[in-house]
Amino acid sequence: MSTPLISARDLRVAFDITRPGDMPWTKPRQLHAVNGVSFDLMPGQTLGVVGESGCGKSTLARALIQMVPASGEVVWQGETDLLSLSSQRMQKYRSEIQMIFQDPLASLNPRMTLGQIIAEPLRTHRPELGREEVKSRVARMMDRVGLLPQMINRYPHEFSGGQCQRIGIARALIVEPKLLICDEPVSALDVSIQAQVIELLQELQRELGLAILFIAHDLSVVKHISDEVMVLYLGRMMEKAPADLLYADPQHPYTQALMSAVPVPDPQIERNKQTIPLHGDLPSPMAPPSGCVFRTRCPRAVEACAEEVPHPGRGRHQCACLFPGPLTADEVA
Amino acid sequence: MVHDTQRMDAIAERMAEDEVAGRSLWADARSRFVKNKAAMFGLFLLIFVVLFALFGSHLAQWSNEELDYNVMGVVAQEGGPSMANGHYFGVDELGRDLFARTVQGTQVSLAVGFVGALVAVVVGTIYGATAGYVGGRVDQIMMRMVDILMAIPYMFVLILILVMYGRSMIALFVGLGLISWLEMSRIVRGQTLSLKNREFIEAARATGVSGVTIIRRHIVPNLLGVIAVYATLLVPLMILTESFISFLGLGVQEPLTSLGALISEGAGTIAYGTIWQLGFPLLFFCLTLFGFFFVGDGLRDALDPKDR
Repeated sequence: MSTPLISARDLRVAFDITRPGDMPWTKPRQLHAVNGVSFDLMPGQTLGVVGESGCGKSTLARALIQMVPASGEVVWQGETDLLSLSSQRMQKYRSEIQMIFQDPLASLNPRMTLGQIIAEPLRTHRPELGREEVKSRVARMMDRVGLLPQMINRYPHEFSGGQCQRIGIARALIVEPKLLICDEPVSALDVSIQAQVIELLQELQRELGLAILFIAHDLSVVKHISDEVMVLYLGRMMEKAPADLLYADPQHPYTQALMSAVPVPDPQIERNKQTIPLHGDLPSPMAPPSGCVFRTRCPRAVEACAEEVPHPGRGRHQCACLFPGPLTADEVA
Repeated sequence: MVHDTQRMDAIAERMAEDEVAGRSLWADARSRFVKNKAAMFGLFLLIFVVLFALFGSHLAQWSNEELDYNVMGVVAQEGGPSMANGHYFGVDELGRDLFARTVQGTQVSLAVGFVGALVAVVVGTIYGATAGYVGGRVDQIMMRMVDILMAIPYMFVLILILVMYGRSMIALFVGLGLISWLEMSRIVRGQTLSLKNREFIEAARATGVSGVTIIRRHIVPNLLGVIAVYATLLVPLMILTESFISFLGLGVQEPLTSLGALISEGAGTIAYGTIWQLGFPLLFFCLTLFGFFFVGDGLRDALDPKDR
């Protein structure tokens, strides 16, 4: 078996929360945004990460590139633990891991032209390149993502959302990264544009052999692009499996509930579809429930769920539930 | 329709070749500014005042140091504004040409205003952007220092500096520079705080752009609008402060003069019927202030169209 491009082991991110009025010496309370997540990502593969807002998807992505303080292990190509690197030594890996963002327009500096924006990673990581070389690479990349070459001196506010996201993709790929982190890249776009952007990402992935960490809250988008899918809830991994397996046979009640909430574009089926209602709100991440974090909203929860933290186990299909299994009739409302 | 397709091809080719110059936010702001009548009026006032300060001495028939012995002693009767003897604005108490004196005073006042604002822009921007971007404890310490400095009554400090180090232009610049950047650093810090969580800053950080470069390339250019507006409003404040100091008799020293000093002299002799000695310096003082305030307002409207 080949070495994974990036593999996270027991990744944890905790934020210190100081309440207003706290004294400087009061111990801050901790918020565990990501709590013991592990995954492997092979070169050229796509890992989809799904979950509700606030479940730690974006934090997970930021932890990989030292944008937030994290503990655990993130091994790059089986050799280097990225989390242990100083920021100087991390610099080398920053060109290998690039990121595209949720809000296409907000992720572009309004005072810079498109050419300057796309060239920025090159200027940072390859300062030895001459002006002409940079320009030709930018032009090639613009052509690759479907931007017209005469747009090079335009400013971000002159573009549509889809075009802005293409600019973001061009900026990320200009330094030829091995891993692309996509933080909800299509959530802010129209459905028709979503499809175009995803097509583009898949094309580029095939061509450049990119690995993609694809974060979304839209299960159908993730299904389309991912090889493997990971479901997060309250900073913990609930279920992880190859995409076709997870969609065909979800084992975790949370995954099942998410799946049942996906609208089907057929009124006949949609009307008769059975959904699993989840009651209550997402518990506060400041005080997560004991045992299994999902137990407060889980239709299967029993007393044991409050005692024991379920482990996802190993293998292709991992499920962090004490009672994994397909849906039963009485769970469907 | 053969020739038409050819033409279309030619046009398409030309369109594909030419890089279209984008409309930057600055270009947008400029067109809004030009449409603003009050701001353009203010700009013309300012240009007029600056031209007057730069080239007025060439128009003057007298230098600012010469005494006109013909009008000395009879200033109230003979020293009024007159084209005949070359004293366009009349003469001052001692028989010096007031036109030349006003030119000199305008030069000094503008210099004081610009230098004060420049110090504020440079120091205030760097200080505020650093505090805001670094954040945390560094930010706390830096901004508490600003708070402490602001709590000291600045006029008192300014007067002390002028008394201790003599009434020179340098001391005045230092004194004004010391106080002018405080407010600016606060404004810049506040803006930086709101900018630094924007996604494009995060994108730059994720790529590995260094902190200094982020401040220089991403934060400061996005602050320039606010800085420009505040700087244009700061110049007249500096001129006012200098005038006030000069009015108290602590500002620039003879033979140098400033608009404030001239107004002070003019106000002192108003009882002898020499109203022009007050009027002309005051006119230029007001024109300058009006100009700056109108331009400042116009800039604010132009650079931040959402804020109207």
